[in-house]
Amino acid sequence: MAGHSNYVPQSAAAKWLESRLPVISLVRGSFVDFPTPKNLNYWWTFGGILFFMLISQIITGIVLVMHYTPSTAAAFDSVEHIMRDVNFGWLLRYMHSNGASLFFIAVYIHIFRGLYYGSYKAPREISWILGVVIFLIMMGTAFMGYVLPWGQMSFWGATVITNLFSAIPVVGEAVRTWLWGGFAVDNPTLNRFFSLHYLLPFMIFGVVLLHVWAFHTTGNNNPTGVQPKSNQDTLPFHPYYTIKDLFAIVVFMILFAYFVFYVPNYMGHPDNYIEANPLVTPAHIVPEWYFLPFYAILRAVPDKLGGVLAMFGAIAVLFILPWLDTSKVRSGVYRPLFKQFFWIFAINALALGYLGAMPAEGIYVILSRICTVYYFAHFLVILPLLGFLEKPLPIPASISDAVLASGAGKPAAAVAAPQSK
Amino acid sequence: MSIMIKTVRALAAAVVLAATAPAFAAGSGPHIERQQWSFAGPFGTFDRAQLQRGFKVYKEVCASCHGLRQVAFRNLAQEGGPSFTEEQAKVIAAEYTVVDGPNDDGDMYERPAILADKFPSPFPNEQAARASNGGAYPPDFSLLAKARAAHRGFPWFVFDAFTQYNEQGADYIYALLTGYDENVPEGVVINAGQYYNPKFLAGNAIGMAPPISDEQVEYTDGTPMTVDQYSRDVAAFMMWAAEPKLEERKAMGFRVIVFLLVFASLLYFTKKKIWRNIAH
Repeated sequence: MAGHSNYVPQSAAAKWLESRLPVISLVRGSFVDFPTPKNLNYWWTFGGILFFMLISQIITGIVLVMHYTPSTAAAFDSVEHIMRDVNFGWLLRYMHSNGASLFFIAVYIHIFRGLYYGSYKAPREISWILGVVIFLIMMGTAFMGYVLPWGQMSFWGATVITNLFSAIPVVGEAVRTWLWGGFAVDNPTLNRFFSLHYLLPFMIFGVVLLHVWAFHTTGNNNPTGVQPKSNQDTLPFHPYYTIKDLFAIVVFMILFAYFVFYVPNYMGHPDNYIEANPLVTPAHIVPEWYFLPFYAILRAVPDKLGGVLAMFGAIAVLFILPWLDTSKVRSGVYRPLFKQFFWIFAINALALGYLGAMPAEGIYVILSRICTVYYFAHFLVILPLLGFLEKPLPIPASISDAVLASGAGKPAAAVAAPQSK
Repeated sequence: MSIMIKTVRALAAAVVLAATAPAFAAGSGPHIERQQWSFAGPFGTFDRAQLQRGFKVYKEVCASCHGLRQVAFRNLAQEGGPSFTEEQAKVIAAEYTVVDGPNDDGDMYERPAILADKFPSPFPNEQAARASNGGAYPPDFSLLAKARAAHRGFPWFVFDAFTQYNEQGADYIYALLTGYDENVPEGVVINAGQYYNPKFLAGNAIGMAPPISDEQVEYTDGTPMTVDQYSRDVAAFMMWAAEPKLEERKAMGFRVIVFLLVFASLLYFTKKKIWRNIAH
């Protein structure tokens, strides 16, 4: 990272600092002089957008904690206290709750961008795996955060998910009791979830640094999937990508503001404005929307342990994805068959999300099973086979060649480049 | 070009999915008509007179069973609400009795409420409320307008994000209050102490008797004194009780989004200028 810095300290103070702790050249090498492929499209701005969302969640969260009371007797009312009595409390809380959803929207786009352009392939396997680790911690953080307002869905969502662990053979019941800190979801559960909900974002922050370190070591992937060959192919990160990312972040903030100010409860569940009541079970217990595809996979399997294994397997399979995809070609732009299967996979994922929100009965169960099988087949059958069956399009010699041939940076145009060569 | 065809193909598949989904959607739950509300939309504000009328309905009719425990008397005089004057709010508060203490003798005592107090609930606990209401629990009103919504189903919930449909709760409350029907259809069993109301989310039979009738609450401003009007007014009041910062939120949202649009366009042209000599 620091190796990319062109920085030569001028002032005496800078020389003094650089010879002791080269932090200036580290930052400059990583975020100023860092050579970045010049053909990155707007799908690549979601990394910066995610970083912004993480910081936004941490700041609003820290202030919310100053007014929140983590106890089953007071949690629900303390959230209403924030909404009604704290200065701009409604803004902080709506930013935090909608921020979680926007965070997931951005992370799903970021993941699908990686899937399409083969960003998980050698030499970026570690970047990808760290990304999946971040995704897992995010899911844990979001799940525990949803429990904190202590509404009906908080309580019953926590009950359903923690009960999954009882499916583990032999030790399941003991694990569940250990997670709860008692014999039901109660005050100890709320307190430990609160503690972990505060801890995990800082772990995410740490893994994000590793994630950035990893792909700054290998260099960014790009829409062609071709490694930069010369200085002609790259631009310094600043000002080119600082301005582009900033523009994208502000556009994303407009979407964020739309939800916060105009439809703040759109992505929540009305039942969570009812205080948790262990004696009244809601008609349909549904998790937050961003868990719905995995929830559908969980319910698709008729066996409880099998369902739990399938749900965790759906994420575990992402860890080995770099070795499941056998194609020599990195970017989906040059893979005509893969491209079609990519979109089928995306629609299948949306369908799983829809099915996760529906009651587990009749046609929904059958469709959930079909979609679940397809989800795994995409990774375990289609991707390994495609590498052998598919005839990829010719790949451009370099990023500059692709750019010049197309005359624009759009991947749609870049497709045309190789054939015309 | 080919990616465009593929995208079109994918979109077409999504549309087919969208079109067929309602065919096998759950289809359960009542249909709730969407109503006109002054507080709907990006520039919505509460109708002060309506909130005051709604409060009157609440106080004279609903409050005997339903609490409003998250709302303080001072809120009645706050900006963006029913806009009672502070004096009026004090008078309203003084009509209620709250338990305070312990005093120097260690005893709890009753006193008239002040602005800082929250609305006292009509029952000391849920069990007492159920005991007095034939086993049914009259829910607290503070958040009810955000805690109730009929299932919208696909694809309507997608459109709701764009049309800013936030008023499901108020629509439901209005539908419920005007939804009582004395003619119980054949095959529907209504037990003693229950009433037929096809709009009730948790089934056709509700434990609450039709709570209000025409002319029951006196309006002095010439507004029609009908069940329909009472229902609208109390639903609006409940929306305010659940979301007292609604006006501040929408007003700030407009300023924030205008600022972000201007800022984003400046950034866009800055970006264009910086990238002008780069083929990318």
